Amino acid sequence: MAIANDFRRSELVAGLVRSINQHATREARFMEFCGGHTVAILKNGIRQLLPPAIALTSGPGCPVCVTDNADLDKAIALARLPNLIMASFGDMLRVPGSSSSLQEARAAGSDIRIVYSPLDALELARTNPQKSVVFLAVGFETTAPGVAASVLQAKKEGLKNYYILSLHKLCPPITKVLLDSGEINIHGLICPGHVSAIIGSNPWQFIARDYGIPCVVSGFEPLDILQCVDMLTQQVARKEAKVEIAYKRSVTPQGNLTAIKIMEQVFQPAPSCWRGVGKVADSGLVLKPEFKDFDAELNFDFDPGPTKTQKGCICGDILRGVKTPQECKLFRKVCTPMSPVGPCMVSSEGSCAAYYHYGEEDVR
Amino acid sequence: MSDKVLLAHGSGGKLAHEIIHNNFLSALDNPILNQLDDSAIINAEGKLAFTTDSYVVQPIFFPGGDIGKLAICGTVNDLAMVGAKPLYLSLAFIIEEGLPIKDLRKIIASIKETADEAGVIIVTGDTKVVNRGSADRLFINTAGIGIIPPGVNISGHNAQPGDAVIINGTIGDHGIAVLSQREGLGFTTKLESDCSPLNGLVAEMLEVSNAIRCLRDPTRGGLASTLNELAEQSGVSIRIEEDKIPVREEVGSACEMLGLDPLHVANEGKLVAIVDAEDAEAIVARMQKNQYGRDAAIIGEVQEEHPGRVVMKTRLGTSRIVDMLVGEPLPRIC
Ligand code: SF4
Repeated sequence: MAIANDFRRSELVAGLVRSINQHATREARFMEFCGGHTVAILKNGIRQLLPPAIALTSGPGCPVCVTDNADLDKAIALARLPNLIMASFGDMLRVPGSSSSLQEARAAGSDIRIVYSPLDALELARTNPQKSVVFLAVGFETTAPGVAASVLQAKKEGLKNYYILSLHKLCPPITKVLLDSGEINIHGLICPGHVSAIIGSNPWQFIARDYGIPCVVSGFEPLDILQCVDMLTQQVARKEAKVEIAYKRSVTPQGNLTAIKIMEQVFQPAPSCWRGVGKVADSGLVLKPEFKDFDAELNFDFDPGPTKTQKGCICGDILRGVKTPQECKLFRKVCTPMSPVGPCMVSSEGSCAAYYHYGEEDVR
Repeated sequence: MSDKVLLAHGSGGKLAHEIIHNNFLSALDNPILNQLDDSAIINAEGKLAFTTDSYVVQPIFFPGGDIGKLAICGTVNDLAMVGAKPLYLSLAFIIEEGLPIKDLRKIIASIKETADEAGVIIVTGDTKVVNRGSADRLFINTAGIGIIPPGVNISGHNAQPGDAVIINGTIGDHGIAVLSQREGLGFTTKLESDCSPLNGLVAEMLEVSNAIRCLRDPTRGGLASTLNELAEQSGVSIRIEEDKIPVREEVGSACEMLGLDPLHVANEGKLVAIVDAEDAEAIVARMQKNQYGRDAAIIGEVQEEHPGRVVMKTRLGTSRIVDMLVGEPLPRIC
């Protein structure tokens, strides 16, 4: 069986590569929005299969990386409060803020726990009724429904010690800002798979319609990505711009209606700060007024201190797709996953970490 | 008698005596341990191998094993990886007060069963109980002594260009089985940890070939980290083929979902062998007859250029660098 599958796979790969080569009649640059795609592309050496006319650029799609220093500082200041447990995804701990990180705060005595889901944080709140538990809610549309569900559950149970610090961000609005900036010149968008599984492919329609840029939603398997690149290349060759799905097993045009409903029940859009971009209207999520008792920002007094940026780190430019990690003077020399200077080197989906681990050097 | 471990159980007084006799000595009973002197007295002749490791796995019971089985297998395997025949182990427990006695008993029974299977005996031990919060339920340390048969020379420094790289079965089973027990990851699986003692398998491999150059168990950090260590130590490069590395379907799809690389996921019953290419097929054939080597396969070869580097030919036919794991493998957020 395994051999038949391998054979079938190499046939499919060869077919897609042939088609991409055939249709790549002019130069085209595609941006993969999602950090998960950046990792998959490097890990599978997908660039080695593409003709020179097709270039791939990384985008802003790593929720850890786009979190602004000012927001990280808020999380760190909150975590330092007495009688408080901060619950966070593991990736966030090592990300440097203006002058410290959650990891440093933890070493200095703050009670910070790594959790795998907001439900773990909810459980912490139940088992530690004498303490406040704050869940550091980082992520795109993918994680927001789960966090919304945890807030609803806390309300139902009458939990008075569960809070979230909502740093949620929304993908379509930031894409619009990047395109409007005129800084990037792309001919196709590889739309994020997990995000689109929630919101559907329809929210990307404006990019095809208003900017004339083809959009294809992709999964994370190498074959998904090749299929996506093939579909984009074909649209470019035919001078079309429409939204297609190369990840039909998980994504529909309408998305996951239950998840969207629960997200809209609990959250409302708000301005949000993106690393390297600044404040973007309606690109974040805050709790609706009826859930304000769960909002950590409204219920605690804390001082995040002055915001500073990491000297020499060009994460902001990388997230906007303007520069690549190799163009950073600190890359590999000063900044490594062991001692990261910026978030793109910390996160498992950060571009700098992906380039560091999987290299672009000639490995053949 | 309390059904939980209390601080007083570690005090050295009557309660301590009771917990040791009722739980440890009754289960692990053997003439050397039963002496209860301050040190175990053993006879050994030949070249000795000596190793130690501490075990802090969470949760302490997981599908396919528990912290006790792990503590025996880990140390037995470390001895086996230098070609030693493991003989004697020490066993030290650090218990957080409140651990149910029945959990303690279960773990000791599992230690006994695993030690019997591996043919080792526990000759000395220690128990400490600490305040709630000073440990996470239970930590175990084991140390082990084994004897290296004459003529056996296995070390991470011995790999030579042209050698074959072998793995004894599917990778990532332990890490994913343990991860699946954590709450909120949103997946369930029937997957079991591969936790097992490998000294029997190694002994059989040594019967077939005297050209086994390196052995190493790819535990934390996974296969990727072990291959990098070996490439570094021997000053060679290693080239592996993704297609040839056995990965269970459940592990593959869990890794895809969580954004992990199976090459970085921990194993507890796996070994990497670097052997003379001429003997490789005979060794693999013999391994496949052992229950812990059924899926054994040749996964790559040792090369001369780019010392220290590990490169993988992917399923797509492209190549990429295989790096060491940095930090913990963490499920992705997005
Ligand atoms: S290499 Fe380090 S310093 Fe440079 S952009 Fe990336 S994270 Fe920032």
